[in-house]
Amino acid sequence: MATAVKADAMVTQPYLIRDVSKETYDTFTLKLEPDKGSNHTQFQPGQFSMLWVFGVGELPISISGDPDEEERLVYTVRSVGQATNALVTRSVGEAIGVRGPFGTGWPLEAARGHDVIVVAGGIGLAPLRPVIYEVLNHRKDYGRLVILYGARSPRDLLYRKELASWARQKETQVLTSVDYGGMSWRGHVGVVTSLFKYARLKPSRSVAMVCGPEIMMRFVTRELETYGLSRSDIFLSMERNMKCAVGFCGHCQYGPHFICKEGPVFRFEQLRPLLEKYEL
Amino acid sequence: MVAEGVLAARETSWSSAVSLEEHAVLAASELGSLISTLALEGYSVIGPAVRDGAIVYSAIESIQDLPQGWADEQAPGKYRLSPRNDDSFFGYVVGPQSWKKFLHPPEVRLWQAERQDGSFRILNNEATPEKAKAFLGVRACELAAIRIQDRVLLEDRYRDPIYEARRASAFVIAVQCTQAASTCFCSSMGTGPAVSEGADLVLTELQSGSHRFLVRAGTDRGSEVLSKLRTTAATEADLHQAQDGVQAAAATQVRSIDQNGIQELLYQNFEHPRWENLAARCLSCANCTMVCPTCFCTTVEDTSTVTGNHAERWRRWDSCFTQAFSYIHGGSIRNSSKSRYRQWITHKLAAWKDQFGSSGCVGCGRCITWCPVGIDITEEVRALRNGGDHGDS
Ligand SMILES: Cc1cc2nc3c(=O)[nH]c(=O)nc-3n(C[C@H](O)[C@H](O)[C@H](O)COP(=O)(O)OP(=O)(O)OC[C@H]3O[C@@H](n4cnc5c(N)ncnc54)[C@H](O)[C@@H]3O)c2cc1C
Ligand code: SF4
Ligand code: SF4
Repeated sequence: MATAVKADAMVTQPYLIRDVSKETYDTFTLKLEPDKGSNHTQFQPGQFSMLWVFGVGELPISISGDPDEEERLVYTVRSVGQATNALVTRSVGEAIGVRGPFGTGWPLEAARGHDVIVVAGGIGLAPLRPVIYEVLNHRKDYGRLVILYGARSPRDLLYRKELASWARQKETQVLTSVDYGGMSWRGHVGVVTSLFKYARLKPSRSVAMVCGPEIMMRFVTRELETYGLSRSDIFLSMERNMKCAVGFCGHCQYGPHFICKEGPVFRFEQLRPLLEKYEL
Repeated sequence: MVAEGVLAARETSWSSAVSLEEHAVLAASELGSLISTLALEGYSVIGPAVRDGAIVYSAIESIQDLPQGWADEQAPGKYRLSPRNDDSFFGYVVGPQSWKKFLHPPEVRLWQAERQDGSFRILNNEATPEKAKAFLGVRACELAAIRIQDRVLLEDRYRDPIYEARRASAFVIAVQCTQAASTCFCSSMGTGPAVSEGADLVLTELQSGSHRFLVRAGTDRGSEVLSKLRTTAATEADLHQAQDGVQAAAATQVRSIDQNGIQELLYQNFEHPRWENLAARCLSCANCTMVCPTCFCTTVEDTSTVTGNHAERWRRWDSCFTQAFSYIHGGSIRNSSKSRYRQWITHKLAAWKDQFGSSGCVGCGRCITWCPVGIDITEEVRALRNGGDHGDS
């Protein structure tokens, strides 16, 4: 029963910041390498780490980098409060603590040979970016790739250059939408679900991977079902408070699940009865 | 005199499975030598003691420290010590504390870090406690609670090294209950009052005739300690007296939780008027989770020195009754106190079974006794079952 017994899973390891780049006015991408003495572990797209800032605290943050680029761990952090702000204001050369990776990954094995639909809202694109890299790095292994991405406003869109370059790839479609467009925005305005009608793929042979605010995921899953996807082909990544990430602290419980160890990526089938409940 | 419940209990009781030869008798006057033997073996002995009007678990040096002659009277929201009319050492039931305090400490430093050459290094991972402990007076429900925490902290995907070190070195001396408090319901939870397995030594305190203990070893190291004590052979009469005492403790329990369909009951009544009714009474004080021997939730606190060169990470008990517990950016998931009580009881009695294969409640009754407004988990389950939403039954 007890597998992968790592006694030190609760102890952080120093990593050095090699690059900090600005994605938007409040979101930054950090690239880290293990400091001497720290072990580097491979990750699966969809997994997260616990990042610790000396004297500030620790936070769950998804890995947003390329799984084929092995030496570095990449994170995209939106500054929303004290701890995330402390993370994004670090400079190159500084050290932060890393624990993990933890949790389940996106079902890339199962998605091989199928069309992949990525649906993201806001910072939810960060944990899905490794999926996009994986599909594009191994293009022949997958069917079409459709990325549906919604943000609050044009200035909140992450990875804008990459979105444009992904859109130019074979068999790849990128659709973005914003809630409030403003004068200069010539793209689509509306919630992310309003993009579905433009998606070109076969629902019966697609796997959908969804991450965003819970309210958005409720609507998206409904829309995907209407669109013809089966509940077992829809995957969601959930967010809850997490203090330990190893199933001890109890904070991330979601009905019978611990999101840190059974998630964060779940099959929609598993969560459907829970998603309809508030304050669960 | 023998009620039906007693007969039923007799059939499933411990003594039907154990034999006379496994038992010995320890005179009450020899209890002190058990304590000193354990001390000689290198254990610090922890046992019951009277403090501030309650029975708590603390360091025991001799039998003088034990709550001899004291009983505890418990009812929802009420706890009181009263003198017994005999000189029993273990004549109480359970107090506000449990062994969790030693195995899964209320606060513990996980590690320290020090800045060094532009980076930092981790100083130590405090995994080993100072000295092995011997727990004297572990009740059947408490032993069941320890096994439940073993499942959570040692037998899942990860192991908690802090718990592991303390647990591996702990020597457990169980004492079977021969009476129950009004708040007890271990019988219905299948966790007591008889001690089945998991203890190094199992004692039953006997009063009729001479004051003595029936004793049996549950492990090799238990046998070893037992062999160092002056004991006499047990008789059928000793065994029967112990059995009757334990059965009386089962038969006099007035509370119970019907386990039939308990998961469906809680999962299907996510919306139920009883939750509002509860919310109107519950103070969200978290007492119930602090006294519960199985509640394992924790939070962490990161501190650093003024110079900013030294940082520490501490882990502390936490409670799902606080608003901060479920906080994520944007607000707490469980904002209302109704949702928090619902989370607690649903986790305890239903989700725990999905997560760890057993109930998360052992029926010790602490949450009933120590709730300042006397909320009774057994009564809440009954109300949900009956579809009632009234505050009093
Ligand atoms: C699995 C997972 C993956 C995530 N991935 C990303 C990501 O890739 N990028 C990103 O920007 N954000 C991500 N988040 C969200 C991020 O962890 C929160 O935005 C962040 O914790 C907020 O902390 P804060 O202090 O900046 O903000 P505030 O909202 O001001 O939080 C105040 C304090 O509350 C506590 N707190 C808040 N949220 C959490 C939490 N989820 N777990 C534990 N404690 C918390 C912390 O102590 C925090 O300092 C993820 C969350 C989870 C659970
Ligand atoms: S829920 Fe109450 S009765 Fe059950 S084990 Fe916890 S404190 Fe004891
Ligand atoms: S049930 Fe009682 S002990 Fe528990 S939080 Fe509510 S008032 Fe406090």
